[in-house]
Amino acid sequence: MSDKTDVWQGTLALMVLKTIETMGPLHGYGIARRIEQTSGNLLSLNYGTLYPALLKLEQEGSIASAWGVSENNRKAKFYRLTRAGRKQLEKEARDWRQATAILARFLAPSGDAA
Amino acid sequence: MKPFRVWLVRLAGLWPGTRRERELSDELASHLQLHIDDNLRAGMTPDQARRDALLKLGGIEPTREAYRDRATVPLIENLLRDTRFAIRQLRKNPGFTAAAVVVLGLGMCASLAIFAFVDAALIKPLPYRDPARLVGAFETVQLCPKCPLSYPDYLDWKRVNKVFTALDAFESNGMSLRTGVGAEKVDATVVTAGFFKTLGVAPLLGRDFRAGEDSPAAPRSVILSYAAWQKRYAGSASVLGQTVTLNGDANTIIGVLPPDFQFAATGPAEFWAALHTRANSCFQQRGCHSLFSIARLRDGVSVETADANIKQIAGELEKQYQSNRGQGGAVISVTELEVGRIRPILIVLLCGAGLLLLIACVNVTSLVLVRAESRRREMAVRSALGGSRARLAGQFVTEAVVLVAAATALGLVSATWLMRVLIGLIGPDQLAAMPFLSGLGLNLHVLAFAAAVSVAAAALFSIAPAWRSFLPDLREGLAEGSRGSAGTTWRRFGANLVVLELATAVVLLVGAGLLGKSFYRLLHVDMGMQPEHLATLRVAEPDSIRDNNAKVVALAHEIMNRCASLPGVESVAISSLLPVVGGNTMWIRVLGHPFHGEHNEVGYRQVSSGYFTTLRAKLLRGRYFTDADDASKPSVVIVDRALAEKYFPGENPVGMQMAYAGTTSPPMQVVGIVEDIKEGALDETTWPTMYVSYNQDPDDRFSLVVRTSRGEHALLPTLASTIRRIDPDIATFDPRTMGDRIDNTQAAYLRRCSAWLVGGFALLALLLGAAGLYGVVAYSVSRRTREIGVRMALGAYPGTVYRLILNEAGRLIAAGIAIGLACSAAAATLLRGLLFGVSTTDPATMAAVAVLLAIAALLACYIPARRAASIDPVEALRAD
Repeated sequence: MSDKTDVWQGTLALMVLKTIETMGPLHGYGIARRIEQTSGNLLSLNYGTLYPALLKLEQEGSIASAWGVSENNRKAKFYRLTRAGRKQLEKEARDWRQATAILARFLAPSGDAA
Repeated sequence: MKPFRVWLVRLAGLWPGTRRERELSDELASHLQLHIDDNLRAGMTPDQARRDALLKLGGIEPTREAYRDRATVPLIENLLRDTRFAIRQLRKNPGFTAAAVVVLGLGMCASLAIFAFVDAALIKPLPYRDPARLVGAFETVQLCPKCPLSYPDYLDWKRVNKVFTALDAFESNGMSLRTGVGAEKVDATVVTAGFFKTLGVAPLLGRDFRAGEDSPAAPRSVILSYAAWQKRYAGSASVLGQTVTLNGDANTIIGVLPPDFQFAATGPAEFWAALHTRANSCFQQRGCHSLFSIARLRDGVSVETADANIKQIAGELEKQYQSNRGQGGAVISVTELEVGRIRPILIVLLCGAGLLLLIACVNVTSLVLVRAESRRREMAVRSALGGSRARLAGQFVTEAVVLVAAATALGLVSATWLMRVLIGLIGPDQLAAMPFLSGLGLNLHVLAFAAAVSVAAAALFSIAPAWRSFLPDLREGLAEGSRGSAGTTWRRFGANLVVLELATAVVLLVGAGLLGKSFYRLLHVDMGMQPEHLATLRVAEPDSIRDNNAKVVALAHEIMNRCASLPGVESVAISSLLPVVGGNTMWIRVLGHPFHGEHNEVGYRQVSSGYFTTLRAKLLRGRYFTDADDASKPSVVIVDRALAEKYFPGENPVGMQMAYAGTTSPPMQVVGIVEDIKEGALDETTWPTMYVSYNQDPDDRFSLVVRTSRGEHALLPTLASTIRRIDPDIATFDPRTMGDRIDNTQAAYLRRCSAWLVGGFALLALLLGAAGLYGVVAYSVSRRTREIGVRMALGAYPGTVYRLILNEAGRLIAAGIAIGLACSAAAATLLRGLLFGVSTTDPATMAAVAVLLAIAALLACYIPARRAASIDPVEALRAD
């Protein structure tokens, strides 16, 4: 497990929102698998931590949930993005890109910075 | 907005519901199912698939817990759970819970009710504009430190002073109102035009007096109280402009006062008339003092500065006018005037209630501690199972809060009831003089006080057991037989608490004893008369005859004669003023003694010939008045022993002559000396008093005194109706038996209230103290069962066991009494102003309290001692 990175606090919400935006309405298990796949299996996600995060997003009004039926006919709770959630995603993605860009400048080889 | 929404959702999540939990269970089940499906497809065995899915999830319970923390507010959720648990625990122990709630509730009840009085009287400002700047200005003479002004002096003070923005005068005498059926005596006050402006009170309806409306030439006008407007005019707006006839003069109604207007100095007057000086009346004479005053201080002027200025003006008037000799001035704040006299009793009562609350808290603390002691094992087990110290301590806190909340609720409810009882105890007369008490109730101040007390109590009851539980390591609680050492610590601590309780009870008992004894002494003070079987009634003759002395006297005799013929009546007399009310004074000189204009001030009463025999006063020398002492004869006077001793030292006054100082009235011959009669307040030394013959010096207003052999209460209405049959224009009022009058004097009611209340507090304190002692001794016996069993097995007699227990308790009792007596000596100095005829260290009271407490305490110990003595050694040794 040491070659995998734990999910950083605070980024999970952004990953969840982006995943739902890309995939459309999706159940918790699907979201967890999708995050692992998207990270190229570099992230180790404790699936259990996903549910409080989903609850938080739902409390904030970014996502909404409803029971439905999965592709292989299992009953599951599906989460979809709300309009507020879409806005939040845009804003957080922008912030994140900005933050990584700044950090990238710092971490760039010193020759380039000059 | 977002965080707000989140909190709202989470708070809503606190609502105990199973739906959310079930949904999560469903969701997790579906999650696992989907994962297992995938795993199976990937070729795992069903067992492997399931284990892998669970592993990746990180366990169902931790997920559930993390989810729940997010769904609600964990802190509050814990609190709610603790509260529910605490309530369940308390309900399982109804005895403990009831005792703690009732004891603390009683303590809160007493202190809340008394605090409400303190708030109404001492904390809440009087309902005037900027009441702190209002003062009363008085003339002072030796016998009377707060005396009324004469009108000419009032005018001079108003003109010359440099300290008031306004000085206004009022006189509250009552007036006779002409109604359809005759004269009715009404409470009325005459005021100078600026009176209401000075107070900062505006009429509800109509207008205030205009400047100059109190001049003799102005038409007479009157303002109604709200109550009079409602009662006599049914609240009709057309009342303005109507006329009322007061004391024979027509007055135009110009306004109505607001319902909350109050003025303690006059009581609830119905009519407020503009003052009119009358030719040849008291207002024309500098020596006739009838007006009280109210003034507003200039900005930046202190009461002391104003007092100095008024004293200086009075000094100048003294030099200028003979009649002002010996007459000073004083300025006192209105707040002090209104509440100054009940401040000491309220402070005493607040201290008493505070002590009771202290005992109650100590008692409940020891109950809580004993309970915590018996729960050491439970706490140890919970700690061993992973309960954090904070959560365990939290349990104590929630239990304490639940207990205190119940006690506070009980205290608030019973305090409202107690307030009503206390108001009843004060009586309507005294209540009228304390209008500020109308604001009594559970207002914000009282609720804040209740909250402060509850928080302090809850802190005490949660910190004490939590602190005790964590002193020794908790694991010790699990060890067998560990109760020994902990029991000893508790016994020592509990014993100290009981000493504190007993000492407090002693302080309260001594206070109650001293107050009760003062009250008894006061009611049994030598009054120089026999107040039993006396009916009294105040009478005002019709205004039409008031300037004709012969008619006034004739009517007075007619009234006396009619009343004397009523069945059961033994004798009838009249006096300008009744005993125990104090009142008028005169300045005298003794003819033949050197006189340099000193103010020899003596009490003064105009009495009929039968006055002394009706009161059953004692004649020391000479004779009483006879009906023959009338206007056609030389003036005669009777003096009391105090006057004879002060102004005729070493002489026989009978046959000597006195005169009013500073007047040209003819001298009066002293014809008799009577033993001192309590004409003034019960708790003051008797003023020297002179009595003149009513027939020679009549007054159209007087009091009737009737001695009857039958019930004096039943006679009162008969007297009034008999007099009204003579002439309906005679106003009668204030029918009361002499006993009632004495009971209602300020001296009596102040001590009655304080004695009853402090007595009640003391009794409760005694009960609580005894209960506390019982608790400690019983606990000690239960802890020593095995020891006592061993002793008895080794041959100790039950008597020895009794001695063992009582010895231990006796030390506590003795310590409590000793400390209590020492403290009460100090506390009693606080009572000094209320004591009468007893010293603050009255040995009889102290001894009685010590004996009473010792008996009660020994009784409380006897029950557990008997249980100890009846221990069966075999059973005791087998236990554990």
